[in-house]
Amino acid sequence: MRALLFERSLPRFAAARVASSVAPGRGSRFGPLRLAQLDEPALPGPGWQRVRPRLAGICGSDLATVDGRSSRYFEPIVSFPFVPGHEVVGELDDGSRVVLEPVLACAARGIDPPCDSCAAGTNGNCERIAFGHLEPGLQTGYCADTGGGWSEAFVAHQSQLHTVPADMADEDAVMVEPMACAVHAVQSTEIGEGATVVVLGAGTLGLCTIAALRRLALPGVVIAGAKHPDQRRLATDLGADVVVEPDQVQRAVRRRTASLAVGRQLTGGADIVVDCVGNQASLAEALSIVRPRGTIVLVGMPGPVLVDLAPLWQREVRLVGSYTYRHQTFPTAFEVVHAAALGRLVSALYPLDRYREAIDHAAHAGRRGAVKIAFDLRKEARPEVRRMG
Amino acid sequence: MQVARRSTRPGFVLNVDRSTPPTLFWHGEQYRLERLPTGSRVVYPPEALPALEDPDGAIRHALLNPLGDSQPLPSLLHGGMKLTICFDDISLPLPPMQRPDIRQRVIEAVLDMAAEAGVDDVVLIAALALHRRMTEQELRHALGDRVYDAFAPHGLLTQLDAEDPETMLHLGTTDAGEDVEISKRAATSDLIVYVNINLVAMDGGHKSVATGLASYRSLRHHHNVRTMQQSRSFMDQHKSELHSSNWRMGRHIAACGIKVFQIETTLNTNTFPEQFAFLQRREWEWTARDRATYLGVSKSLDRTPPRLARSIFQSIRSPHQMQSVQAGEVEAVHEVTTQNVYRQQLVEVQGQTDILTMGLPYICPYNVNSIMNPILVACLGLGYFFNLYRGKPLVREGGVLIMRHPTPWAFHPVHHPSYIDFFEQVLAETTDPLEIESKFEEGFATDPWYIHLYRTSYAYHGVHPFYMWYWCAHALQHLGGVILVGGDAKAVRRMGFKPASTMRDALEMAEDVVGRDPSITHMHTPPLLIADVK
Repeated sequence: MRALLFERSLPRFAAARVASSVAPGRGSRFGPLRLAQLDEPALPGPGWQRVRPRLAGICGSDLATVDGRSSRYFEPIVSFPFVPGHEVVGELDDGSRVVLEPVLACAARGIDPPCDSCAAGTNGNCERIAFGHLEPGLQTGYCADTGGGWSEAFVAHQSQLHTVPADMADEDAVMVEPMACAVHAVQSTEIGEGATVVVLGAGTLGLCTIAALRRLALPGVVIAGAKHPDQRRLATDLGADVVVEPDQVQRAVRRRTASLAVGRQLTGGADIVVDCVGNQASLAEALSIVRPRGTIVLVGMPGPVLVDLAPLWQREVRLVGSYTYRHQTFPTAFEVVHAAALGRLVSALYPLDRYREAIDHAAHAGRRGAVKIAFDLRKEARPEVRRMG
Repeated sequence: MQVARRSTRPGFVLNVDRSTPPTLFWHGEQYRLERLPTGSRVVYPPEALPALEDPDGAIRHALLNPLGDSQPLPSLLHGGMKLTICFDDISLPLPPMQRPDIRQRVIEAVLDMAAEAGVDDVVLIAALALHRRMTEQELRHALGDRVYDAFAPHGLLTQLDAEDPETMLHLGTTDAGEDVEISKRAATSDLIVYVNINLVAMDGGHKSVATGLASYRSLRHHHNVRTMQQSRSFMDQHKSELHSSNWRMGRHIAACGIKVFQIETTLNTNTFPEQFAFLQRREWEWTARDRATYLGVSKSLDRTPPRLARSIFQSIRSPHQMQSVQAGEVEAVHEVTTQNVYRQQLVEVQGQTDILTMGLPYICPYNVNSIMNPILVACLGLGYFFNLYRGKPLVREGGVLIMRHPTPWAFHPVHHPSYIDFFEQVLAETTDPLEIESKFEEGFATDPWYIHLYRTSYAYHGVHPFYMWYWCAHALQHLGGVILVGGDAKAVRRMGFKPASTMRDALEMAEDVVGRDPSITHMHTPPLLIADVK
């Protein structure tokens, strides 16, 4: 089968990092990612199934990996070589369609009894992601044993699979995983009725968060910071009340919250700031616009950042991470994707052999008026499958 | 009443033909020469009327010989009385005039008389309304060092704080239900002396006290979309709803027993210093020196960084000269003042035009020593210059206004903080003045941050950008389109206007609205003129 393979190669990591500093996405040309002919991964044991991807999205964390910008924190919890791709709608051998829940938690790793987090249903926080009968890997797409979505086939444990309703298009289904992240962020944050919520960033995660906020909580005002015109249009369409350019967010929050300002810091501010960017600037911005005792929810994947935490300390701000989801998050994510018709966020589809173009497009999605870029594997060569019924 | 009389050439309407040289357009801190199509008209302002030969003598004469039902000023002054002298703020005149400023001359004369009468309770108030506070340097320029040093150190030179409930007094409502709230110090004085500069016909009269000393609570009754849309125009008091409301308030103030001694002055249109003399000459009369100056100045300015160019222009001090001064009862004084303004600025124009063009200069009443932000560009063109008419607008209903200005997306963060939010957040949502008024005005007007900055910094009040947009309401209602030539396209579009790169492009775009072979009229201002459209 054909797959995009990401191998451990320090010189290529370095090359990807240098290339991406020139232009995001360039890591795909010089880094450790290549199109390869591989054997299909073996089923690790009972309860595992082969999945043939139909659409596989390119996520911000994938781009960070390809460009060599991921945090070194992840090194012990991934295994090389791996096939990226964790936003997947695929097809089982019986022809049924599934969405992948990529976290490789205790159930998939054959660990019984499960860890406390898995036992509590918070499998995103699994404490055994480097253990069990699989190689380390926090998710499918970062594990050497399972393969990933950027290929013609990978394997998944039955605990990772969610059946796609017959009337749901593949484009909608591929948005379920990112939406599950947004749903989890909203559901795990105490958002009071009438609260002022700011969403920083209006890429896939930001837009999904806005849609989830409007459908799963009762915020008073949702303010979104969006860099590009199409993002601003979509943010408004999905339910943001105020949509401004990133450099206007602080002024918008100040005015909406009738706050004063001291230097760069608002005296009041938003009740909740959801940071869907996850870089130094966005975190600093979040700290400057959140109210005392307010909450910053970090949804975008961060790396090493240098941020002055004095306001966090002095204003008793809560900074909480929001990673993946609970298993029960997915049914809600399906509903929100359907209700908000989020398949429209899928802007372009590429075959695997045009992966460099695809990654370049994804790295510049906002500027090019796009949101979600995905690989279309429906036309890739595949064996005859047995249809249900 | 003292008026300078000597004949100068009146305003003039030129019909452009093949021999007509290119026409000068202001373009912010730059100039452009544009060749207008044959058959276009260019309206030139009258030449500057001669100045009063003895301005101090004229002021004294006016104070001793008041108009209307008023006694001479010395008769109104006596020991033990409470006297408040109010004066127009930094927004007048434009550009700021060379020293000594008219206000200094008038106030010194009033203070001399007050001293002679033994008045020792005297307070000066800068009539800011909701404008920004003036800096010490600006106050010294307007009042002179002698007045400043005599009053400021003792806290007797104040600036209106319309958001301080302790210093404002509600005087009830007019017959039309309009709240009248003005400075408590002024309202409780035995006499208010108001020192005005009437740059355009809109200024002065009851507007001086009823607006200059008023709070938002009072101003909102006439600074609103309905009033602006029902004024035809602001330069014609009798057809201006803005003035009707101010007059009702002024009469209510008088009915409350508050005495106002109004001193109004008019200026000639000697607007620019000698090195910019070409700006006041008609192009076909330019001398070789004028042409050389134009070329030198415009080429230099094209290479000058915007910030430096702004700084150069803002340092211009106008050689404005006093053309008349009159004092006494408000309405009688203002009647004469208005006639004097008309005498200087009125130009008869036959008929309206399909397309009106204008070049917008670097300055308007609200960016002295500041940045001409896009909202002020709109206000200068659509609010002020468009309304420089009597009778009917120079451009026909459904016609197109073409303005020239670089219109940068730039704001002065200290002077115009609420403008930034208005531009970013309000205009991004709608440009409809009525919708803006109903949806956003109150929030901005009562925003504690803007109030804090207005009171303690040098910021225009939070509601001020709304008023700027409301000034445009009549034009927006009347026009079929607005095109800005040479402006920042993004900023221009944000305001709902169309950007054009060249005047030729703009004229072609305008034809899509008004039809082929349109009539075109260019308003050659400043210096200021009022089109008396027949």
